Amino acid sequence: MTHVNGSPGPPPGFRRRLRKEDQRFIRGQGLYVDDVRLPGMLHGAVLRSPYPHARILSVDTVAAEAHPKVRAVITGETLASLNLAWMPTLSGDTQAVLATDKVRFQGQEVAFVVAEDRYSARDALELIVVDYEPLPPVVDARHALDAGAPIIRDDQPGRTTNHIFDWEAGDARATEEVFRDAEVTVAQDMLYPRVHPAPLETCGAVADFDRVTGKLTLWETTQAPHAHRTLYAMVSGVPEHKIRVISPDLGGGFGNKVPIYPGYLCAIAGSMITGQPVKWMEDRSENLMSGSFARDFHMRGELAATRDGRIRAVRVTVLADHGAFNGTAQPSKFPAGFFSVFTGSYDLEAAYCQVTGVYTNKAPGGVAYSCSFRVTEAVYLVERMVDLLALELGLDPAELRLRNLLRPEQFPYTSHTGWVYDSGDYPRTLGLAMELAGYAELRKEQEAERAAGRLMGIGVSFFTEAVGAGPRKHMDILGLGMADGVELRMHPTGTAVLRISVQTQGQGHETTFAQIVAEELGISPDDVEVVHGDTDQTPFGLGTYGSRSTPVSGAATAIAARKLREHARLIAAAMLEVDSADLDWERGRWFVRGDPDQGRTITEIALAAHSSLELPEGVEGHLDASCVYNPPNLTYPCGAYICVVDVDPGTGKVSVRRFIAVDDCGVRINPMIVEGQVHGGLADGIGMALMEVIAFDDDGNCLGGSFMDYLLPTSLECPSWELGETVTPSPHHPIGAKGVGESATVGSPPAVVNAVIDALRPYGVRHADMPLTPAQVWRAIQGRPFRTDLAIS
Amino acid sequence: MTIRVAVTVNGTEYTRDVEPRLLLIHFIRDELGLTGSHWGCDTSNCGSCVLWLDARPVKSCTVLAAMADGRAIRTVEGLEQDGRLDPVQQGFIECHGLQCGFCTSGMLMTARWLLDHHPDPDEAEIREAISGQVCRCTGYENIVRSVRWAADFERSGRGEQA
Repeated sequence: MTHVNGSPGPPPGFRRRLRKEDQRFIRGQGLYVDDVRLPGMLHGAVLRSPYPHARILSVDTVAAEAHPKVRAVITGETLASLNLAWMPTLSGDTQAVLATDKVRFQGQEVAFVVAEDRYSARDALELIVVDYEPLPPVVDARHALDAGAPIIRDDQPGRTTNHIFDWEAGDARATEEVFRDAEVTVAQDMLYPRVHPAPLETCGAVADFDRVTGKLTLWETTQAPHAHRTLYAMVSGVPEHKIRVISPDLGGGFGNKVPIYPGYLCAIAGSMITGQPVKWMEDRSENLMSGSFARDFHMRGELAATRDGRIRAVRVTVLADHGAFNGTAQPSKFPAGFFSVFTGSYDLEAAYCQVTGVYTNKAPGGVAYSCSFRVTEAVYLVERMVDLLALELGLDPAELRLRNLLRPEQFPYTSHTGWVYDSGDYPRTLGLAMELAGYAELRKEQEAERAAGRLMGIGVSFFTEAVGAGPRKHMDILGLGMADGVELRMHPTGTAVLRISVQTQGQGHETTFAQIVAEELGISPDDVEVVHGDTDQTPFGLGTYGSRSTPVSGAATAIAARKLREHARLIAAAMLEVDSADLDWERGRWFVRGDPDQGRTITEIALAAHSSLELPEGVEGHLDASCVYNPPNLTYPCGAYICVVDVDPGTGKVSVRRFIAVDDCGVRINPMIVEGQVHGGLADGIGMALMEVIAFDDDGNCLGGSFMDYLLPTSLECPSWELGETVTPSPHHPIGAKGVGESATVGSPPAVVNAVIDALRPYGVRHADMPLTPAQVWRAIQGRPFRTDLAIS
Repeated sequence: MTIRVAVTVNGTEYTRDVEPRLLLIHFIRDELGLTGSHWGCDTSNCGSCVLWLDARPVKSCTVLAAMADGRAIRTVEGLEQDGRLDPVQQGFIECHGLQCGFCTSGMLMTARWLLDHHPDPDEAEIREAISGQVCRCTGYENIVRSVRWAADFERSGRGEQA
């Protein structure tokens, strides 16, 4: 482990610690939404559109309603009568809950059946007769704005195109000036294809509406229980204090469980209509075809540079396919999320990007899959472009990066698109990765392999992440600011309970957050219970995504613990009959300065705080504290990744031989958990780079609707990961932590792709789009890589 | 129409009258209330539903409950014996072999089967054994280490002493 910038090592309690939550999971005793069983519970199922674009002429539910086990059939018309047929998306658009006028993507929700059991609900779907008039679909985003393209959103009065937004960042003119007199420029079209987070647990809910009390209890697969509660209050008319959202154990999320899906609302409507609890659990095909997808960015990148390898400017134009409803779940006021960090980790003269968003006849979404609100696309773009420049200049790609990385003394660094990077020592991070990889030897080995006719590739990427959303002035979701609250209470016997608004999906909050409290108060993490995932029991906050739990709620936790400690100081002063200003803190104890024997432990203080001890005027009893943390800035983790691949020229099959990942996420609270997060993200990167894509055929049929078609990496595609770390603490975070959940997903795809393209250099291949399946690699070798977002032609 | 299914699960006998089409995973979860095995994909790809049918791991999302009639089933709930964790369970804790926990039950059942038949597997053999199952969180590294931890534990004889 390497600590940079002369920072001290981590505090003693920030170390590897086995997870509290494992005890239930390894016994099969977790509680996922599908494990919830309530008395009288009914089961719902969604009827989905087989067409990507069609007018609904009629929906006949008579036969379904006659099914002996069916209790309700709900259509768009039913919901329209309750004013619930449409709901707001997290990007200010509207989305059909159940279609009334048209269906706009294959798999869209058309009707909902509530029946006595899971199978009967599915049977009844087959009894619903929908008369569709098929319409021509918009499949290829690059033709969405063509004159004469079918208009998808004719529900919006006056709409005449599929255009959603134009957005730009940076300085177009300054960038153009740099490009005009640049010695060298490179340009490349590239696609970050549509992929899907595919958590192993699909999405679902159990809605229980109590007609007597008017209270709605909703067990739900959500990464943002409080934000969902607010939205349900806005949409359903049930007042917010009468809604309780419980997000129990989640079987992964990766952004898939941020949005509100029609199925959740249908379960609520089903419970209101039947008066009984209703469970809805989607199956895998429903999850892949209709749940929030990720990416789908058609990009053109350009770099301007000097002949000796100084990168001067970067320019990007993007066509963003948002599907049929603009439902990106991202908190910034910018429609392309955080994409404007595309300037990457480099010291440039100018930068500019222009992004256009369009509707197509595909499922809505766009921001998911551990993407940090499109940092993923930005990093992929710039890291591919840097490799293309290295190829053009005949320079080693690692050397080219080292020449252009921001230097430690430039922090805090304001980018050309306005981001203020908080800290980092980029050359050191990349240097460590090269050292761990044995970079120079690898290049020598590659030379020998090439001479022997074998295809070995080495790929480098360097990324700057922007996480911990975020500052109020830039960010909100539907008007809700990105602050998160915590409540900390110490019991009379010295144990504590911490209530947090963020929502673990496997990240280990019950352990990590207990470690933060324990470290601040000098008690054991075993004595801290972390409560989450229940809006009736936790303070308000926006939840877990965008790697924000530690940057935001971790900060709130540390501050609350410090407030509690200061309160304890006043009580200790009363106990010791001294002035509180004369007390000093050591681990777990306040003592009299100059007389260390005179002191009280936090446990003794906790008991006294609840006792009959006479307290000074203005000092409250008990030992509680709370904090709402408004992040002053984002945090900026970084990392350097090196991937080594072997490519079979006969089949195009790529094997990842080694993967070296050096991450700098600031101070690590539990290194074991941090490394686990990195491992998972690296596997995601291999999946996206080599295997995963949701493509569509000419008719708009989804070609990635099951795990037979949507390929996920297994233990055989993943190498044994080689990790390293540097630590530059975030200067504005109370414990110097920066967040890490998505770093590896952001940083790894370009490393893998750069490695494969590097391996194919003997064939003169400059670029091929992900996923680099055997077919795509083989075609690239033939000089004709294909478009991966469409059926292979 | 229903069909009578009598099975032994983790040593306990159960008899239920169920629809002939009922999948074993739904039988175990919904009829018997043993929710440790999970439903993930329907197509035998993800392995969240792996349990033992007559001492062999199977993907219970593509087995009918009726096919289990008269047979013995072992699920994750049957790993802990007399309040003592199975070494594979302990290994997953020690090596951070799980995050969200959803694939864990299936992984544990495969790991137990592997060590019963190959007590000293190398990394490649462990990777091969779990390659029919998907984990979205761990990148597999720590699962491999967890299984190896359990193998070492058992080979050192500590399993017998514990």
